[in-house]
Amino acid sequence: MRYIEPHAHMVSRTTDDYLAMATAGCLAVCEPAFWAGFDRSSVDGFYDYFRQLTDYEPKRAAKFGLAHYCWLCLNPKESEDIKLAEEVLGIIPEFLNRPSVLGIGEIGLNKNSRNELAVFEKHVDLAARHGQLILIHTPHLEDKLKGTRLIIDALKADGRVAPERVIIDHVEEHTIQLVLDAGFWAGMTLYPESKCTAARAADMIEMYSSERLWMNSACDWGVSVPLAVPRAALEMRLRGHTAKAVDAMIYGNPIRFLSQSKNFRSCS
Amino acid sequence: MKREQVIDLYFMEARAKLIDLAAFLDRVDRAPGTDDFRMTAFRHAMQELPVNQPNLAKRVLLSLSDPTTEPLPAATAKTAAGAWPGPK
Repeated sequence: MRYIEPHAHMVSRTTDDYLAMATAGCLAVCEPAFWAGFDRSSVDGFYDYFRQLTDYEPKRAAKFGLAHYCWLCLNPKESEDIKLAEEVLGIIPEFLNRPSVLGIGEIGLNKNSRNELAVFEKHVDLAARHGQLILIHTPHLEDKLKGTRLIIDALKADGRVAPERVIIDHVEEHTIQLVLDAGFWAGMTLYPESKCTAARAADMIEMYSSERLWMNSACDWGVSVPLAVPRAALEMRLRGHTAKAVDAMIYGNPIRFLSQSKNFRSCS
Repeated sequence: MKREQVIDLYFMEARAKLIDLAAFLDRVDRAPGTDDFRMTAFRHAMQELPVNQPNLAKRVLLSLSDPTTEPLPAATAKTAAGAWPGPK
């Protein structure tokens, strides 16, 4: 089995996780910028985080034979402070030409506030001006439906956004159709408690077109499973999906989306 | 998969979850105090299950979701509760 982990916060994980993922067939891991579990106090904190994502973490992954890519942004959880957000947006272009940067992400909404939406639109503008792919976080639990609708409306309102260059992540049964019908890619995040189980992901693969779908573990410092993608692949096999269909879902689809970035190098 | 194959694969897991759910409701009912908005929403969402219609997972998720469309004036918390408390 071979697979791409399209969404994992490896700075929060151990080398044991890298070893287990590589052993399970992972060839590349993609790491969106995210919230540290606390609000960073200044733009300097982000500068150092972006250095970690673009410089140090690829080297750590390489020790296990894994390619490491990243996405850059200020997370929606830190978007209430517009001044800080604008400072962070100001330093991102300096990193966009680094060889492992895939685009802008994971941007989006958390509690669906006005400032979050304003900062989301600023990120979309940055991505459009620099020709970057976009990876979007949709809110948690009761906030997901509303947030997904607001995000789709904002993207549709910006005529520069090509839906096929945007993936909207963390979809569930009540949001997947909205995302796919609007022409975007959709990501299913495999979590033990929230978001989506492997069985539910397989349900959605069977119920909707899988052409623009991927699965990810989004493993981070919380309750999450770095091997969630290969376990979901096993779930698909137990349900009778062919090896070819599984390969398309966990390897082919991520490759097709990510190859739209000039920095993504084919891995096999 | 045929229906029997689906049942073979998932029945025991679903059975365990159903019993866990029942035990959770018992546990809540034994505890002194009253339901908060989360349990109210939870009990309401459970009413979606007996309906003999498709897309039950989607119906339960919609039942627990914030149905409004206007952005909040400001985010006053970072976490979600799992159920919409209703208009404030």
